[in-house]
Amino acid sequence: MGIRFILMVNKQGQTRLAQYYEWLTLEERRALEGEIVRKCLARTEQQCSFVEHRNYKIVYRRYASLFFLVGVDNDENELAILEFIHLLVETMDRHFGNVCELDIMFHLEKAHFMLEEMVMNGSVVETSKANILTPIQLMDKAS
Amino acid sequence: MGSQGGFYQSKEFLDLVKSIGEARSKAEEDRIVLSEIETLKRRISEPDIPKRKMKEYIIRLVYVEMLGHDASFGYIHAVKMTHDDSLLVKRTGYLAVTLFLNEDHDLIILIVNTIQKDLKSDNYLVVCAALNVVCKLINEETIPAMLPQVVELLVHPKEAVRKKAIMALHRFYHKSPSSVSHLVSNFRKVHIMWLHLFQRLCDNDPGVMGATLCPLFDLITKDVNSYKDLVISFVSILKQVAERRLPKAYDYHQMPAPFIQIKLLKILALLGSGDKQASEDMYTVVGDIFRKCDSSSNIGNAVLYECICCVSSIYPNPKLLESAADVISRFLKSDSHNLKYMGIDALSRLIKISPEIAEQHQLAVIDCLEDPDDTLKRKTFELLYKMTKSTNVEVIVDRMIDYMIRINDNHYKTEIASRCVELAEQFAPSNQWFIQTMNKVFEHAGDLVNIKVAHNLMRLIAEGFGEDDDTADSQLRSSAVESYLRILGEPKLPSVFLRVICWVLGEYGTADGKFSASYITGKLCDVAEAYSNDETVKAYAVTALMKIYAFEIASGKKVDMLPECQTLMEELLASHSTDLQQRAYELQVVIGLDAHAVDCIMPSDASCEDIEVDKGLSFLDGYIQESIEKGAQPYIPESERSGILNISNFRNQDHNEASSHSLRFEAYELPKPTMQSRIPPASLASTELVPVPEPMYPRESYQTPVPSVSLDAGSSELKLRLDGVQKKWGRPTYSPATSTSNSTLQKTVNGITQVDGASTSNSRTRETYDSRKPQIEISPEKQKLAASLFGGSSKTEKRPAAVHKISKASSHVMEKSHVPKYSMEVASEKTASVQQPPDLLDLGEPTVTSTSPLVDPFKQLEGLLDTTQVASAVNHGSIAAIESPDMMTLYADTPAAIRNSDLLSGLSNPSIINMPGDTTTTQPMQSSKGPNLKDSLERDALVRQMGVTPSSQNPNLFKDLLG
Repeated sequence: MGIRFILMVNKQGQTRLAQYYEWLTLEERRALEGEIVRKCLARTEQQCSFVEHRNYKIVYRRYASLFFLVGVDNDENELAILEFIHLLVETMDRHFGNVCELDIMFHLEKAHFMLEEMVMNGSVVETSKANILTPIQLMDKAS
Repeated sequence: MGSQGGFYQSKEFLDLVKSIGEARSKAEEDRIVLSEIETLKRRISEPDIPKRKMKEYIIRLVYVEMLGHDASFGYIHAVKMTHDDSLLVKRTGYLAVTLFLNEDHDLIILIVNTIQKDLKSDNYLVVCAALNVVCKLINEETIPAMLPQVVELLVHPKEAVRKKAIMALHRFYHKSPSSVSHLVSNFRKVHIMWLHLFQRLCDNDPGVMGATLCPLFDLITKDVNSYKDLVISFVSILKQVAERRLPKAYDYHQMPAPFIQIKLLKILALLGSGDKQASEDMYTVVGDIFRKCDSSSNIGNAVLYECICCVSSIYPNPKLLESAADVISRFLKSDSHNLKYMGIDALSRLIKISPEIAEQHQLAVIDCLEDPDDTLKRKTFELLYKMTKSTNVEVIVDRMIDYMIRINDNHYKTEIASRCVELAEQFAPSNQWFIQTMNKVFEHAGDLVNIKVAHNLMRLIAEGFGEDDDTADSQLRSSAVESYLRILGEPKLPSVFLRVICWVLGEYGTADGKFSASYITGKLCDVAEAYSNDETVKAYAVTALMKIYAFEIASGKKVDMLPECQTLMEELLASHSTDLQQRAYELQVVIGLDAHAVDCIMPSDASCEDIEVDKGLSFLDGYIQESIEKGAQPYIPESERSGILNISNFRNQDHNEASSHSLRFEAYELPKPTMQSRIPPASLASTELVPVPEPMYPRESYQTPVPSVSLDAGSSELKLRLDGVQKKWGRPTYSPATSTSNSTLQKTVNGITQVDGASTSNSRTRETYDSRKPQIEISPEKQKLAASLFGGSSKTEKRPAAVHKISKASSHVMEKSHVPKYSMEVASEKTASVQQPPDLLDLGEPTVTSTSPLVDPFKQLEGLLDTTQVASAVNHGSIAAIESPDMMTLYADTPAAIRNSDLLSGLSNPSIINMPGDTTTTQPMQSSKGPNLKDSLERDALVRQMGVTPSSQNPNLFKDLLG
């Protein structure tokens, strides 16, 4: 299992989306998010987009006010994860049009649905934007 | 705001999101969430809540949990929602369930039925939704209920379903490989399920094929040899992907399906490892990718990096190694820290095959080592760790220790400390250096290192060089004693280190006559006093005292106990710890004995002597014979006794399990051969102390009260004895803490019960060391460091340095030309707002808010609803245009031949190659962004309706993520 969790956190350290691919209790998640966010937010733009934390490696990328943090296993290709984040943002951008933090907040479930299409069992399984968005568009239409 | 149709949201929800979005602190956010919990608790159990309202409540619950609060009161409503007929409502329910519950939650049983029903649905989206949940919430117990249906879905007409069914099998395999292979009947030795997988590998949908690679990767990782026949298929798929035979939808930044390429390269790396023939099949395609990859984009570099990993794993090929080396040097010379990081990592992989490559990059490596970025630094330490030899071990370990002292992160401190120990044990140029290094590690990370390390250190000091060179050995010991006496002055030493110090002082403190017994005993008393709440350290100190006094008595000197020592003894004689009490009493007794008796019990410098253990207790035979003759019952061995033992064994096991599980749902597992039970040290100590009065009373034979405990400890001792010998000079086999029982150490120290103190195995193989010291030159410090790390000469170094500088500059220019592309990721907050591209709509701008007060918010709200409807209608219209019910037409731009023909057979058809040169992927995206009247209206309206003034409160909320 490559990807262990995906977080979206804003500059103030507030969680905007959290998806875990292994079970952690509420307390564990809370503690983990706090530690990671503190670590990543303290870094400068010149530094690597990768941070080691406990047994995880965190690959993160910042878009405007929002940080996308992906926790991965040690043998994962960090650059590829970095691009996976970008693909996620591009996909959301295609759906929402000029996606911003508020879009994700108002449509939390949609953001989750997209992730459900893209990642299963901690592996990237879909990278075609059309395939990712089709179910969501169909649901939009149906209801 | 994009399409909102269907995803209905009430004013209440908008307000909630708004207030969370504007919360300035965690405390404020918590307040909002707590009041939201109260509201939801009240509302959610009201009767007859409309579906849409309920869906919204559930999403609000998701918010509550996401922000760190318990929402378990609402779980049951999420479960209920999964039964709904409406797809959107159902899927939201499923989503919430996967976010809230783990696979062992009691509520899962309530959705198993629903999932089963949904897997049979005619609507493929319902099936997909159910499969998503299967992948998250199905545990070993429920797999049998799902498996037949999931296997059927592998041939579903919809590729999305096939893909998810494969991932569900992947999940089953993870949860319980055996149950899956059991259930799928062994049909002519080929598991049907995996047969299906191979068929799916040839699926004509690239998404399905890509997903199939996930379970295959895991299967191949486990058992490479069974899949060697697939090498040709993987190579051919990779070739087709690289040649752009896949639909363009899978392109990412002009790279054809890079994520699939990476996965395939990972698989090839496994299959080609140590297999010359399989590797030869791969050379061409990997070489092609090296050549074709766009090295200016991140994703291109990601694929290149994966190629390097592959090349360094498979049977070496000089040409590929050369390409790999070229890419590495480009990574290392890059200005991007990310690429440098990848370069260092790649270097540490390649270095195993071609060690000489490191020398070209020595200065780049040192730059990374000295970089303030911790991530890069750590990666570089990893590289250094892999290239450590006896010639550079001193420099590397010194650097590591320096770094270890500076960091606070205990997790990493432990790791780097154990690496220092490992390298020191493996490559130490001298025992002197080894002891000094260990002292440093113990001093700064003592409580983090494995107790075995301490044991090894004591053994080394006791056994010395093992070359029958007694003077050297005693020199070593004196220097150890001296250094410890010095270190004792430092405040707050780690417990493990103190144990080592006490032991060494006890054994060798007075051996060379440099220090008087009263000086050493004084120091030991100080330790016991200063660390009075650490009982283990105290125990070590007392035993050390006993040894010192015993040696004094044995050499015929008169013993005067120091007053502070007497106070200590009085205190310990009344100690709550039976262990300490026992030791104190022993000490008292030993002091009262005559020289000869003491010398028998406690011979000087005998920690390495073997002690014969009479396991059968034959010396008691006479006594037993006598007793039996007198009519006593003969002894019945434990194995022949019934009941009693089993019960105590059982209880022990029970106790262990009770701590991890409250209730067991899974089947009883088979008994494990060895049980790693953690026994509290106190109980161990007390069992150990039983045999004390009689040194020939080995613990192993005295095991009636707690049989499992002593057995366990015994086995770990045995293991340790072997480890210690191997680890010191052998291959890198050091393994981090397997068991942390203190028993072994206590044994060694407890002078009387030294049953197995240290084994005198002299079979140590020593490597011949190149004792050459790092050459010191009058050149810049960095070059010195480089020389000591890489062993290169100073003359050859100067040139790479110059080259490095120049290429650095040129790559900087190169990098600059890419700035526009990645401006978003590098641009700081400020520059982002300043350099805002003119065509992007940003509501954070004050110009928008200035118009808002003029408009009535309520009218605007109506307007918003209208526009949304219109907007969504427009949206749907446009979607419908490109999307007929058949999803295949989505690939309208793909030649039909590709879609319908088998991927593998597509190779032979030359007419298909018309993909290259098509670079329109980013174009449609661009056009969908930019000034958009509908969007701006909607967002504008929403802003006003919510009363948000972006500039004052939280302008970031509106900032486009993709600038």
